[in-house]
Amino acid sequence: MVAQIKNAKDAKTGTELVKKALPQMLKGGVIMDVVNAEQAKVAEAAGAVAVMALERVPADIRADGGVARMSDPELIVQIIDSVSIPVMAKVRIGHFVEAQILQALGVDCIDESEVLTPADDEYHVDKTKFEIPFVCGCRNLGEALRRIGEGAAMIRTKGEAGTGDVVEAVRHARAVLGELRKLTVMPQEELMTYAKNIGAPFELVLQVAKTGKLPVVNFAAGGIATPADAALMMQIGVEGVFVGSGIFKSGDPQKRAEAIVKATTFYNDPEMLANLSRNLGEPMVGRSASSLDAREQLAVRGW
Amino acid sequence: MVNTFTVGILGLQGDFKEHQNMIERLGAKSIVVKHISQLDSIDGLIIPGGESTAIAKLTEDAAVDIFEAMHNKILAGMPVYGTCMGSIFLAKDIEGSCQGRLALMDITVKRNAFGPQKFSREQEIVIPILGPEPFPAVFIRAPIITSCKSSVVILARINEGIIMARQNNMLITSFHPEITDDMRVHQYFLSMLESNKLTNFSEFVYLNRS
Repeated sequence: MVAQIKNAKDAKTGTELVKKALPQMLKGGVIMDVVNAEQAKVAEAAGAVAVMALERVPADIRADGGVARMSDPELIVQIIDSVSIPVMAKVRIGHFVEAQILQALGVDCIDESEVLTPADDEYHVDKTKFEIPFVCGCRNLGEALRRIGEGAAMIRTKGEAGTGDVVEAVRHARAVLGELRKLTVMPQEELMTYAKNIGAPFELVLQVAKTGKLPVVNFAAGGIATPADAALMMQIGVEGVFVGSGIFKSGDPQKRAEAIVKATTFYNDPEMLANLSRNLGEPMVGRSASSLDAREQLAVRGW
Repeated sequence: MVNTFTVGILGLQGDFKEHQNMIERLGAKSIVVKHISQLDSIDGLIIPGGESTAIAKLTEDAAVDIFEAMHNKILAGMPVYGTCMGSIFLAKDIEGSCQGRLALMDITVKRNAFGPQKFSREQEIVIPILGPEPFPAVFIRAPIITSCKSSVVILARINEGIIMARQNNMLITSFHPEITDDMRVHQYFLSMLESNKLTNFSEFVYLNRS
């Protein structure tokens, strides 16, 4: 609950309202992965609403193997200093100290991300303890509501990062949105059992059964590589997109970045999409998500 | 009277749905505006919160033709209300930036005036024009109006600078009423539509008489 404020001196930072509001301002936009200040500037100039600062994009994390951790704070600060748009950065699932460090650095939003190697295979971060918002991944409604219950101020469907294959992003977005639709017509007496079955907090199930939408902003992520992919996710019903490896692993990052931003804005305009999709150069090479063996799947990290 | 108005909400990026909800709760109609053809059917326009550099990028795009017509309609007197990004988009001057914008209002804004998100905040502020009850102002990486010409009426100010102002048919707030339950700013904006309509109507009557 947000505390009441009696007079102007009682300005309140880090309230639930203030944390949830940042993602609301990003809606209809594209959040791009960047690994240095130059890329961050390209993203900003292309019209990105925020950047995700990280050392390696997911495609390289896959290729390199090893343990993927929070990025070097020096790199994150350089990126913060280079752009005026919000800067996000990733922490390992459950690594609340990495999150404390990112908050101290002045990052605008923290992604508790399955793309990094999990630090805790049982518990996620208690996100209510932080002054800045968290975004968390999900594959279905239960997972989304568990993260919101822990204090996430924004949700992104996971997809399968670093593949350039949009099929998992579609699967997860359809799962979340389909379950939401189902809930709106479910009789009251079935809701408790439904909450139990999907492992979600009952109060949140009651709330979304009434409203038919998540109480926080919902973006799509994981495998979006073309303007058409971005528009597909928007038409399916998400509120914005994350693009990771898809931009800076392609032949002409600047052009592709601009095209993906415009496709996210005019996602319902096929003529516009046809024009902006022309001559974008080579897309990222990509890897079919179904060819990944179980150890290579990132989306199954977290619960 | 209010329910005869149609308010356009610029729907290129940002929290336009929240504005739409507000307008509809107040009994007016709303449409999300993305294309030039939609400008003809609206009585007023809201430019929502969002990222100002994202919308600035679209102003450079030849395929996006809405901005010139929007500029001309506002210049001709259509009421407009900009929140946060909207206030940056209406400003003649932005400190340290020449990014694309409508440049219609005699104000100078400073972007991200509060710093990063950890300094974003909510604060109850008394805004005389809205009545004695304080308004729950929510600032999200918000801009501040650092200076303005005498053509601009300052409606609210905090220590950091001006946060609400009006110049004729243009209203701006650096905070976000659309994400609260307090509808008074939107109601005030609808009253601007009302007086705009009355003005036009009386001109019409006058012309008919003469």
